[in-house]
Amino acid sequence: MNSPFQAVTKDIENAAGWQQKYRQIMLLGKQLPVMPEALKVDDALVKGCESKVWLYIDFDHTENSLVLAGDSDTRIVKGLLALILALYNGLTPQQATQINAYDEFERLGLISHLSPSRGNGIKAMVDKIQAMAEQKR
Amino acid sequence: MFDIAKIRADFPLLKQQINGQPLVYLDSAATSHKPQAVIDALTHFYSAENANVHRGRHTLSDNATRKYEQARKSLANYFQVESNELVWTKGATESINLIANGLTSKLKAGDKVAISAIEHHANIVPWQQLVKRIGAELIVLPITSDLVIDAQQCAEFIEQHKPKVVAITHASNTLGNITDLAPIIQACKNINAISVIDGAQAAMHLRPNLREIDCDFYVFSAHKMLGPTGLGGLYGRFELLNSLDAYQTGGEMIETVSLTQSNFREAPGKFEAGTPNIAGVIAFTEAIEYLTSLNFQQMRQHEHTVFSYAIKQLSAIDGITIYSQHHNNIGNISFNYKNEHPFDLATLLDGFGVAVRSGHHCTQPIMSQLSISGTVRASFALYNTKEDVDALITALKNSIELLD
Repeated sequence: MNSPFQAVTKDIENAAGWQQKYRQIMLLGKQLPVMPEALKVDDALVKGCESKVWLYIDFDHTENSLVLAGDSDTRIVKGLLALILALYNGLTPQQATQINAYDEFERLGLISHLSPSRGNGIKAMVDKIQAMAEQKR
Repeated sequence: MFDIAKIRADFPLLKQQINGQPLVYLDSAATSHKPQAVIDALTHFYSAENANVHRGRHTLSDNATRKYEQARKSLANYFQVESNELVWTKGATESINLIANGLTSKLKAGDKVAISAIEHHANIVPWQQLVKRIGAELIVLPITSDLVIDAQQCAEFIEQHKPKVVAITHASNTLGNITDLAPIIQACKNINAISVIDGAQAAMHLRPNLREIDCDFYVFSAHKMLGPTGLGGLYGRFELLNSLDAYQTGGEMIETVSLTQSNFREAPGKFEAGTPNIAGVIAFTEAIEYLTSLNFQQMRQHEHTVFSYAIKQLSAIDGITIYSQHHNNIGNISFNYKNEHPFDLATLLDGFGVAVRSGHHCTQPIMSQLSISGTVRASFALYNTKEDVDALITALKNSIELLD
């Protein structure tokens, strides 16, 4: 597992109880680099979310890596988004397709957030990133 | 007396634990829970009574038909109307679609259809589609600054603009605000407009006497009245109901069929094409009987006590904005905390075992009016208690602490 992800998830794994877990997730969201307004175009809006979620995906050809940026108007989804960005940002498409976000969220006890009924778009985001990775592989 | 402990014991789902804590269910505006009698009736139907209705002369079919039609009588009794004025559908949404489609040939280009700005999308979109189909016009009735349908102003507005159809809610799903229907329906009568009342929210809480209300149509959903999902219906004043165009055609709804032409049955059969939700209808009788076994005044008094307590306790929290009217309310409270997103609050409340709903509640026009993206909605029913309110308030304070 890549280290930026391990670095950010350590506190979530060590959190005592669900309240602390959410606190850590929201903290991650707070620390997420500001997404340039120019990137918040309709195309970047993740469909089917109760909250507003933007996910910008680009591909750096020289570095052969995924470039991701995102934002959300809710604290919790923004935190989960930060986790996803930490999971995928800077990876080669090859590496990205080998990641199972499901397993990672399961390990962190956050799997309910990947279920479609939550309507928070986490699953949609992961699917979008995976599609991009597949395409560039 | 209103024995709340006994009532709670009748609803098995309320005993659940969520995230290791006792469930506090405050989402009855989305769907109510079902008493054991309703659940038992569903199981019993499939294990001992299952047969199709209105056809087949065998014993099971006769019994199923009798119980199916008995359910219509129970409901007719509940609403104080005649059995043949009640049509079963799959829910309030389908009921409005049935009416809007059925009115097509009664309207012409240039006619007006009036709705209010606090309607559920289900009482907006079918009318938008209707006016688009026939080149009619959709007009919007006035509401007060408290987001209540303004009965006096509406009455004047209706007499002035003369819409052919007026479709409004009896109580707002988002806010719980109750509409004073009498002046509006009187205005409709004065100009011969057809009145359609969305009773999805009010049908359980207000036990409406439809003869007294005297509207032309009233729609409801069974699952918001302690009944099963996938079932609802509508009341229609018989002559008017019977004169609507058929919504769906096929088996069951016909008198005679040749290869070139068919004769339809009279209402309500005319609107019940295909095999209906027999189990749901029969189990719904138990829900209606459960509701009518409770003294209405006592039930409303209990609901009012819990609601008022919730309003008082919520108002005492600094930073909470309540959008719902504090009186004349069926028991739905929409609120926000400062600028926090309702999604975050609802997610954290769920962590504490408190089930509320967040979002626009299928009422985007209300959200635009308030310039917000959504609210947290706590909605109460007869089985909720002051203890539920206390649990909500404690969970809310703890959630706020996590957010601040």
